[in-house]
Amino acid sequence: MASKSNAVEEEELTLPTDEYEALISTTDVELLKRAWRNEKSAPEILRFESDLINRVTEQIQLMEETVEENSTDDADPLSLSLYQMDLDRTLFLLRSYLRVRIQKIEKYMFHIRKTEELWSRLSKEEKKFTRGKGYLLQCTDDLKKHVEENVLSRLPENYQSVLKQSVISEEDDMVPEPQLDTFVLCRSKEYLTGIQLEDGPVDDRQFPYSCINLFLSSQK
Amino acid sequence: MAGQSDSELSLFSAEELEFTAEDEIVEIVPNLKMPPLNLISGDFGPFTPQIVTKVPLWLAVALKKRGKCSICPPQWMSLEKLTQVLEAERDSQEMSEQLPFHYVEISRLLFEHARDNIPDVYMVRSLIEDIRDVRFHKVETDLEAFSGRTIAVKIKNLSAMEVNIVRPFIGRALQAFYKHDSPDLIPDPERVSDSRPQVVNNAPRVCLSIYKPGFIFCATKNIF
Repeated sequence: MASKSNAVEEEELTLPTDEYEALISTTDVELLKRAWRNEKSAPEILRFESDLINRVTEQIQLMEETVEENSTDDADPLSLSLYQMDLDRTLFLLRSYLRVRIQKIEKYMFHIRKTEELWSRLSKEEKKFTRGKGYLLQCTDDLKKHVEENVLSRLPENYQSVLKQSVISEEDDMVPEPQLDTFVLCRSKEYLTGIQLEDGPVDDRQFPYSCINLFLSSQK
Repeated sequence: MAGQSDSELSLFSAEELEFTAEDEIVEIVPNLKMPPLNLISGDFGPFTPQIVTKVPLWLAVALKKRGKCSICPPQWMSLEKLTQVLEAERDSQEMSEQLPFHYVEISRLLFEHARDNIPDVYMVRSLIEDIRDVRFHKVETDLEAFSGRTIAVKIKNLSAMEVNIVRPFIGRALQAFYKHDSPDLIPDPERVSDSRPQVVNNAPRVCLSIYKPGFIFCATKNIF
């Protein structure tokens, strides 16, 4: 289902080359903001921006060290507080980005785990979160065990699966999935022509090329 | 989770929008000397008294709060310009494109922190409020045109705050209209016994609401 829709999106909205150049001149914070907006707007989980997050994390660490060092000297307290504000703003973006992802992961845990495509979009840490031996022990397994022990084992035999309504269900119909069949609001950066409407390509009206960035970057 | 919006209700909270708007660049006149700031979000400065320099709004507000600068109100926040915009908004059903994307947030922040730097602040404020009302009324009128056949919503030049207010409504309304308007999605006993394969409508439904060139909104819906 998902792959079908993505194919349609991709065909229509190819990334123009100057988009790429525009990306290079943008700061990482700007990129992070974009990733955050996309992640918040998209119904499903998008590909983890690992390079970007690594770069931002490095910059944050560097800045934290600088602020730390300077706070002991008698550096200008005003500029120090401005650096701190800048740092806080970037940290907020980063945290919010990670949290939105965690929320989605928790919600669609089983679905993500069984869908190869979605699974590959997670970062190493996020994979640990859902199935790892790390700090949050085997999230999905625990949830499964918990539901089984407390509820499912007391139900009639035919209704004991976590994934299925009953044994006659052919598909896993108890797994929450993101609703891809939904409306998303997008913001466009350039003119875009020929967006496919229901009845065929739009005439020669120019539609600015849109954000759909999120479909582009995440679903290749 | 302080500051994080509830993803179910509205995608972005007003605070988050304000946060985004705080990255818009404004001009300030500093009254202190300070070397350039090499921030994560970019390099700004150097700051020299009486020399105009460009900084993000959050930085301007931070300096202003400490009495270290005065903020030059953006050009569109003049009486003359706003009167013109208001007239244009009243004359046509189209949204005018003369105001910046974040005009609501920017003006609010400036009214709160830099009142003394805005000439005719009371008039400017009431003009902006009038413009907001007129614009929002237009958006509401546009929404009345919705029906189950609506596949494209095109509202030009929406601002960030306006989009954010109507987004949950538009999304859900289109969804509901679509649901009630497509018999294939509602199990119908007669239809099932008919056993004719339903024509699957797999064309993407795209609805667009358009902000000015360079900043456009569109909503897509895929039917499988």
